[in-house]
Amino acid sequence: MFGVLAALLPATLYGFYLFGWPAINLFCVTVLACLLGEALGLWMNGRPLREYLGDGSALLTGWLLALSLPPWAPWWIGLIGGLFAIIVGKQIFGGLGQNVFNPAMLARIALLVSFPVEMTLWLEPHYLFSAHAPGFMDGLAITFSGLTEPDSISGASILGHIKTELSRDHTLGQALEGFYSPFSAGMGSMPGSLGETSALLLTAGGAWLLKKRYITWHIPLSMLATVVLLAGVFYLVDSDHYASPMVHLVSGGLILGAFFIATDPVTSPTTKEGQILFGAGCGLLVYVIRTWGGYPEGVAFAVVLMNSLTPVIDHYLRPRVYGRSRSGQPLPIKRPRNEKS
Amino acid sequence: MSDVDYRGIIRDGLWSNNVVFSQLLGLCPLMAVTTTATNGLGMGLATTAVLVLSNVLVSSGRSLIVPEVRIPVFILLIATLVTLVDMVMNAWLHELHKVLGLFIPLIVVNCSVLGRAESFASRQPVRAALVDGLMMGIGFTLALVLLGACREILGSATLFSGAPLLLGDHFSFLEMKLISDYKGVLVMMLPPGGFLVLGFLLAGKQLLDLRQKKAATAQFHCAVETTGR
Repeated sequence: MFGVLAALLPATLYGFYLFGWPAINLFCVTVLACLLGEALGLWMNGRPLREYLGDGSALLTGWLLALSLPPWAPWWIGLIGGLFAIIVGKQIFGGLGQNVFNPAMLARIALLVSFPVEMTLWLEPHYLFSAHAPGFMDGLAITFSGLTEPDSISGASILGHIKTELSRDHTLGQALEGFYSPFSAGMGSMPGSLGETSALLLTAGGAWLLKKRYITWHIPLSMLATVVLLAGVFYLVDSDHYASPMVHLVSGGLILGAFFIATDPVTSPTTKEGQILFGAGCGLLVYVIRTWGGYPEGVAFAVVLMNSLTPVIDHYLRPRVYGRSRSGQPLPIKRPRNEKS
Repeated sequence: MSDVDYRGIIRDGLWSNNVVFSQLLGLCPLMAVTTTATNGLGMGLATTAVLVLSNVLVSSGRSLIVPEVRIPVFILLIATLVTLVDMVMNAWLHELHKVLGLFIPLIVVNCSVLGRAESFASRQPVRAALVDGLMMGIGFTLALVLLGACREILGSATLFSGAPLLLGDHFSFLEMKLISDYKGVLVMMLPPGGFLVLGFLLAGKQLLDLRQKKAATAQFHCAVETTGR
């Protein structure tokens, strides 16, 4: 858990730098709400608080949820989301290791469905300590009493912008003119969720996780490759209406989802083949939802939908039992030691 | 058969064998209409009427109905009653009928109605069947109103909105707005919210039952077979 947190740290700090004090406040509220929900659930289940709270799983859930929220969302978004993630998403199923769905993504979907206005308030970066960024007190005011002037500061995320422009019969070339540059999008200096804007830092964190063997390559690679492949095919067919693979890669929560969310060991399949299938399914759903769905971004939906398929995948793609063949027959004993017994 | 345990029937219908909270039947109308307490009340009352009438009819005709074709006969009886209720509501409670619309005819396939006809009314005297239908219906109505109230409060911070549609203008005092500027948790109005609230209510009932059982056990110092079945 703490390795994953360490890998998330650069992107998180960059998100704080990008969106200033309100983002820091929202992050703290979300994480505290998750810890509170976890403590409540543990207390009701009669489990020891210290060991379970100290394992960092609630911290990670809150952290991931906070990274996927709009940075200037009001405090109650973080509070409701955090409590929902832990209590409904995890403790009801029996706590750590029992949950069917990724708690953070479940909470994000519940929030998105319940509060569509607050959950789609994207804004242009307001660098911390820069001239037009809110100070500490202003940050508190924005988070806790909702003193925002959304119209003057808001911007559209790339995916939302594409969806709007396409619905107005503009081509993608017109839509992205002056709006998107691969460099700034890759670095992360654009409107978006708190911690999912910087593809570069998230990829670095993911690569570190791979190197440290916290995760294996199967899910991230198959997920990203599926999105790139599908986007590539459609981009080649009709580049006016389908965004290029690069746009898909650097925008939205794809990188965060591929490295940090879909790889959750509890809710993803056990075997390597299963993980590849799982990642490919996530990628397919992400592309389908982004391109033809009602919402501009679909990583959360894709991951949760594939989570529900995980038991089926695990049922059909079982690991070989030690000492038995794939079909479950005992392997012939090569060198019998004790003939009599 | 002469001494019917009416107290047991009443307890079964209202609490220990409640249609929603114990049998978990009739979930389709439950999820669909309980977006407000008023809708729940209307649906519950309609179902209660059907339950009482079908129980009485089935019970009084139980010597005539041949066991081999009993299910089609029950369904026919229930469908006739539901059609009547549908028409009556359309005539006198037209506004409410527009809201509940589709779900009134669907009372036919509410398993609880057929379930009571099959498991109770077809083998009990008329008066017991009547009481059973009434109590099951009231239990169902209470569950629907409770669920609707929870979802309504969470979803839009109102209670019994649209009550005059159902009960007439005298009851407009029931309409309440609890919190003035409330954003509304939309998911509670959608089916997932229904399942969530139902789950928490079920957990609450289990908790109460367990506590009651524990108290009974402690009182008599021996395991008492009260609700376990």
